[in-house]
Amino acid sequence: MIYRETGQFKTSYQADQALFPIAQDRYVIFAALIVFFGIVPFLLNEYWLNAIMLPFLIYSLAAIGLNILTGYCGQVSLGTGGFMAVGAFSIYKLMIAVPELGFIPLVLLSGLITAAVGTLFGLPSLRIKGFYLAVATLAAQFFLVWMFNKVGWFFNYNASGMINSPPMTLFGVTITGPEGDMTAQYLLVASIVAVFALAAKNIARGRIGRNWMAIRDMDIAAELIGVRPLMAKLSAFAVSSFYIGMAGALYFSVWLGAAEATEAFDINQSFLVLFMIIIGGLGSILGSFLGAAFLVLMPILLKNIMVDGFGTDAALAAHIEIIIVGALIIGFLIVEPHGLARLWRIAKEKLRLWPFPH
Amino acid sequence: MLFFIEVVLSGLMAGVMYSLVALGFVLIFKASGIFNFAQGVMALFAALTLVGLMEKFNFPVWLAIIGTIAVMIALAWLIERVMLRHLVNQEPIILFMATIGLAYVLEGLGDILWGSDVKLLDIGIPQGAWEWLWDQGIYVEKLELFAAVTAAVLVIFLAVFFQKTRIGRALRAVADDHQAALSVGISLNTIWVVVWSVSGIVALVAGIMWGSKSGVQFSLSLIALKALPVLILGGFTSVPGAIIGGMIIGVGEKLAEVYVGPVVGGAIENWFAYMLALAFLLFRPQGLFGEKIIERV
Amino acid sequence: MNTRELGDVILRVDNISLSFGVMKVLDDISFDVRKGEIRSIIGPNGAGKSSMLNVINGFYHPQQGSITFKGNTRRQMAPHVAASQGIARTFQNIALFKGMSTLDNIMTGRNLKMKTNLFWQALHVGPARTEELENREAAERIIDFLDIQAIRKKPVGKLPYGLQKRVELGRALAAEPELLLLDEPMAGMNSEEKEDMCRFILDVNSEFGTTITLIEHDMGVVMDLSDRVLVLDYGKQLADGVPDEVRANQDVIDAYLGVPHEE
Repeated sequence: MIYRETGQFKTSYQADQALFPIAQDRYVIFAALIVFFGIVPFLLNEYWLNAIMLPFLIYSLAAIGLNILTGYCGQVSLGTGGFMAVGAFSIYKLMIAVPELGFIPLVLLSGLITAAVGTLFGLPSLRIKGFYLAVATLAAQFFLVWMFNKVGWFFNYNASGMINSPPMTLFGVTITGPEGDMTAQYLLVASIVAVFALAAKNIARGRIGRNWMAIRDMDIAAELIGVRPLMAKLSAFAVSSFYIGMAGALYFSVWLGAAEATEAFDINQSFLVLFMIIIGGLGSILGSFLGAAFLVLMPILLKNIMVDGFGTDAALAAHIEIIIVGALIIGFLIVEPHGLARLWRIAKEKLRLWPFPH
Repeated sequence: MLFFIEVVLSGLMAGVMYSLVALGFVLIFKASGIFNFAQGVMALFAALTLVGLMEKFNFPVWLAIIGTIAVMIALAWLIERVMLRHLVNQEPIILFMATIGLAYVLEGLGDILWGSDVKLLDIGIPQGAWEWLWDQGIYVEKLELFAAVTAAVLVIFLAVFFQKTRIGRALRAVADDHQAALSVGISLNTIWVVVWSVSGIVALVAGIMWGSKSGVQFSLSLIALKALPVLILGGFTSVPGAIIGGMIIGVGEKLAEVYVGPVVGGAIENWFAYMLALAFLLFRPQGLFGEKIIERV
Repeated sequence: MNTRELGDVILRVDNISLSFGVMKVLDDISFDVRKGEIRSIIGPNGAGKSSMLNVINGFYHPQQGSITFKGNTRRQMAPHVAASQGIARTFQNIALFKGMSTLDNIMTGRNLKMKTNLFWQALHVGPARTEELENREAAERIIDFLDIQAIRKKPVGKLPYGLQKRVELGRALAAEPELLLLDEPMAGMNSEEKEDMCRFILDVNSEFGTTITLIEHDMGVVMDLSDRVLVLDYGKQLADGVPDEVRANQDVIDAYLGVPHEE
């Protein structure tokens, strides 16, 4: 009853095509934006901002990127960690070489560089499909991590192979490096994520998004409507890598502050983001957020419950955590393989009728 | 020249070790269409159980092996009951993700049950250099030779099993078409328990070989990641392919590491196998022995 | 009796031969299609009819022969090029994009009419938005024409077979094709659905002037709808002419009754 659509008539295609055609959805999004931008940064303490909100936002960005490639265009990729590394190392070199360009342009640039690399590694996608493509992306993953570990130029020949984020300012506030202002970091990342999430949603519901989905659903038939498979797939790789690269750049420069290739960007990272979009929902921008929230919050919750609540030894807690994550993933895949986004949609359907049963 | 032979032989042996793990994959893929990412962890888990039974419960070797086999069969039954049964018609990527989840569960479980420190595994497999060759200046590990022979025996056994026995035939039917198999009365669930058990035993063998060679530790589970290029080369559904693919990858890797490695700073082994697999995929996506994928409109 | 004003030849197929390995699927087939015509291809199962359509629209590449469409002769062409030249088609086994809604599927048919680049699409203002709205209107006209308004937002995977076929026709029409290739558009339909589909085909032909080449098994439909009929059997051309001629042709009758040919 609350979620009734009756009485909301669309009198133009424009209204029907709006981002949130149902009025109740609009209110919810509005409220969410107010909460995220107006309330959260001032209410939550630094721990919450840094340990939870920042990684949630950054992983959401990466998840949107991977969702574009795998959820919308159907190209499975296990190279997310490697591409995040490209973003991170790009912005590192850029921050040292041309800091005067300003932080945000550097983030965009590192996204573009990653897009180029992603397009390159996407070339095999014309010949290779499905699971085999996933393996090909693993080649990218292993190669990239190896490269950022071995080739000294990337980490300025630092003995440990680590890169450290030099401090940069935005509007006079330090945004990167150990002195970074947490509130400012949060607002910056939240803004970037909001803007690019909107962009992704727009692309997804337009011609390009439809062509991606056509490739995903039946690539042979997609050619029928004039889609050139290689161009469509490469564009998906490019846009996806752009997002993942930006996520990697922010991951390193704003959140971690320092990173080493094999630790921060290894295959577990690739799995993590893939889990996020599967649990969140393939082919759904909202799903990317939900999945990221789930997989960022859950380990923290588990650790808090076990270590603080039951006093479990930290090492044991870590093992149990792994078991629970694994079990939850299996459980999710059994119960709702279409992810939280589908559960959300079902909930909305039920809300349409509530409190009536049918 | 001698050194070259040694590198090649060493590569072949390493390749056989990869093949042992790849075999487990092939079995499961053949019979259920699932790529079991947890295969490597299963090898680790099996080895951990074996060592655990021998050390903590003081089982003699033969009893420990039987005990571990029993554990793997029970595990297979559990996996079928709790996981596979509920995922019957899902897409391959979902199944794959489920096996990653399974890998995490087994990893955590193994750590909790048996501890995560490195363990020594010695069940009496001969170690040390093979004297006859060593006299000629070539170093080959007896252990690796033993592994190669074991693998050969396994392959022959599995080949016979698939071709000649009733269950083997049923397995092939299930691999081809689940519904058709069901309609002739083959119980999918039983087949899956059988397959995962056999796979578990193969994992145990792999775990024993790898564990004897470098100790039972977490890195054992990462072998799974190496098995993927092996499968690509050999074909996901071919038992002999797993062996030959393994050998090619093993030799290729070693040669690359020894001759190309120093030029680019070493540790090429991390990705060489994958690049090789990638090159293969571009020219022959079904691998050396796999079935060709034909798409009809 | 269909004696109508037909235009010049829009499609000509010359000596097409197609083999898969040792299996010869099409053997030296030649025919033409005139603009505005409704041309049927008939023949027993396995005769090579779908393969012929696949050759015309670029999915299969013939070993010999050529296709001339709107004056351009070529041996083979990529499907997306065929699409851009104005050829659209439907499939025997429905090639809809199951993950998308009816409206979205039809909108995909408008793909080649839309040009705005990634940047404008991301912003969804100005040219991108106008383009989307214009093409939405075009898609809605087709939805009206095919009377499928009620299912416009439904995911096509959930629709009954008959409706899916209609949506697939809609997607093909959305491209405003000059040549429409229909592969068994009435397969699996009851007589009521068949009547509807017949009417749609006739309307498309008369209202939009679209040239139609269709494969069908229902002889009644074929004889009523077609201007000319081509008969294939085991990849060979048996007959080619107006329905009455073909109906009386002894080879055709033999083929359908299963009387073996002399080689």
